[in-house]
Amino acid sequence: MSSNKPTGPYTMKPGCSCGAHASQGEHDRACTVISNNAADDAKLYGRTVEQAVLRAIAPNPLHRRALLQGVGASTLASAIASFFPLAAATEAFAQAGKPEKTDLKVGFIPISCATPIIMAEPMGFYKKQGLNVEVVKTAGWAVIRDKTINKEYDAAHMLAAMPIAISLGLGSTAIPFAVPAIENINGQAITLAMKHKDKRNPKDWKGFRLAIPFDYSMHNYLLRYYLAENGVDPDTDVQLRSVPPPEMVANLRADNIDGFLAPDNVAQRAVYDGVGFIHMLSKEIWDGHPCCSFSASRAFIAESPNAYAALLRAILDATAYASRAENRKEIAEAIAPANYLNAPVTVLEQVLTGTYADGLGGVKKDPARITFDPFPYESFAVWMMTQMKRWGQIKGDIDYAGVAKQIFLATDAAKVMKDVGLAPPDAPSKSFVVMGKTFDPAKPEDYVNSFAMKRG
Amino acid sequence: MSNAAPLSLRAGVLSLLIFVIFALAWHLGTRGGPSGPAMDPEYAKLMGATATQGKSAMPGPLEVGAKLVEHLRHPFYDRGPNDKGLGVQLAFSMLRVAAGYGLAVLVAIPLGFLIGMSPLMNKALDPFIQVMKPVSPLAWMPLALYTIKDSGLSAIFVIFICSLWPMLVNTAFGVSGVRKEWLNVARTLEVGPWRRAFTVILPAAAPTIFTGMRISIGIAWLVIVAAEMLVGGTGIGYFVWNEWNNLSITNVIIAILLIGLVGMLLDQLLARAARAVTFPE
Repeated sequence: MSSNKPTGPYTMKPGCSCGAHASQGEHDRACTVISNNAADDAKLYGRTVEQAVLRAIAPNPLHRRALLQGVGASTLASAIASFFPLAAATEAFAQAGKPEKTDLKVGFIPISCATPIIMAEPMGFYKKQGLNVEVVKTAGWAVIRDKTINKEYDAAHMLAAMPIAISLGLGSTAIPFAVPAIENINGQAITLAMKHKDKRNPKDWKGFRLAIPFDYSMHNYLLRYYLAENGVDPDTDVQLRSVPPPEMVANLRADNIDGFLAPDNVAQRAVYDGVGFIHMLSKEIWDGHPCCSFSASRAFIAESPNAYAALLRAILDATAYASRAENRKEIAEAIAPANYLNAPVTVLEQVLTGTYADGLGGVKKDPARITFDPFPYESFAVWMMTQMKRWGQIKGDIDYAGVAKQIFLATDAAKVMKDVGLAPPDAPSKSFVVMGKTFDPAKPEDYVNSFAMKRG
Repeated sequence: MSNAAPLSLRAGVLSLLIFVIFALAWHLGTRGGPSGPAMDPEYAKLMGATATQGKSAMPGPLEVGAKLVEHLRHPFYDRGPNDKGLGVQLAFSMLRVAAGYGLAVLVAIPLGFLIGMSPLMNKALDPFIQVMKPVSPLAWMPLALYTIKDSGLSAIFVIFICSLWPMLVNTAFGVSGVRKEWLNVARTLEVGPWRRAFTVILPAAAPTIFTGMRISIGIAWLVIVAAEMLVGGTGIGYFVWNEWNNLSITNVIIAILLIGLVGMLLDQLLARAARAVTFPE
């Protein structure tokens, strides 16, 4: 019957020092491999508890070693288990942070800003935290907002300004939302249609129809800032349109718009298809600006604190992995398939590695084109609110620092970053420079008043 | 040669000829032009075929055909929540249409009977029907998402609301148009109202009701694609949106073809049902 099964001497295993593995090589691999799934973690908890009990029984390390060598570790463990409820103790230890539910849904918009949220699924960062997360592609920002408010999603990828707008009740009913992590830094670009390749000065852009992904977005504020600094009024001299990122290239090709400030892979895709060229990267306006966020409703955080913590650990872990340039090619391949971004790998590689075609015949290199830093600085939120105030989205007085602290959870992020072995920054706020002008988060109202071009 | 039998044959040959001419024109129209401007090879490597080879952004018939065969070979694959085979997507869409349309049948036909049989109800409900009927079903979507708080149910609701009106109006029209003689005969025979509804009015109004149902299924199938593009997740509409994201016109053309085929099948199904209940007077 089973003629192909090796018999006789062939079934003998060469064995290893512990006898549990096929070879010494496999034994070594098993010993050095870092625990990266829930089963391993369970074993790790088990061993920790065993050792704690053992230490209690034989406090002197010399006695302990003698005991272990004499009877063997596993024999000793089972002997202890016979009078000490080891299994129960192990479970109690592991349960300290056990998620209330492990099947979670996280929504995302197919753009490379969502990289950490997306890659955490195929690359196993959610699994490592014992979570079974389904990342669901969503058609637009309004839909992702409504689905998260409706609790169809437990958490979601949102533009960094959206949770502020939702919490303040701008454009929807006020529902308290929080940003425990920023997804990406930089990574946006102003792309113009090929026919404008000689109009590189924004002063020539009067009458342009420019697209942004959403009214409450860094894209809107950065583009308005850039236009205003160049003397172009974003409300009267040009037309700004809200267009979902995936539809921007099609609109640019159809000549419905003259250009856009958009997330990647959209900007690079326009170049790839020969429809547009990259006028400038968003980092040339503000190097180190946040863009998208990982957001959850306050209700989800309160109802499932452990699931939320586990999710945040996975996101922070993935973001840290994405921040290292050497991992970017692997990530590009993981998130390119139809189930995730549904974009050509070549385009994603250009975005993530920063070696890209500019659409005018040149190859440019900028490793910081997109970077990943999860820390939600409160001053990011304050800056966005100054722009909301500046362009009339917020009317009346606002407690900048108070709102920022409520929504951008810098303290939470710092704690969890330490948990997963990352070094958080010392202060929850920092100052930065936007187009040569320094922003002091302590004086937001002065900042708003310092602009000549503003509404209201 | 006789002329009676070959009519359908001649029509078939003509159809084929039109298709061949169309495909040929399409093929010639989308053939790659002379290769694009000379480029630095390092730069060209980073660019797509449209930019480097001067290839038309529109795919040719051969490309679409090859992709179609590829899809038909694996219609039911499932590579995660955002990537499923075309068969699975079509099944999701048809299921949604069946649910919304089924609900609409359950509401529209009894209500249509009521309106058709009672001139008072007819007059009382008329303004509501007239105002609601012309509203584009997608305009309901934000309201549905906000109140129902579930995107799947919202899509079904939109199908329900768009297939309701043609059925309601046609049922009422069919019921009120039943010949007075038949009703009078029923009255002289002292037939009860329920029996009258089922044995006299229903058979008489059935052809008109089925016409309404046929219009409704057509509208429902039109709307589901748009609704799914909006809510996303699953369904043939989501497939179109997802491939639009990727600017894959090839896949969009395939989806258009399949949407057309399924729509035709649904329409034929109800046409056949309507024929079955029609009787010569």
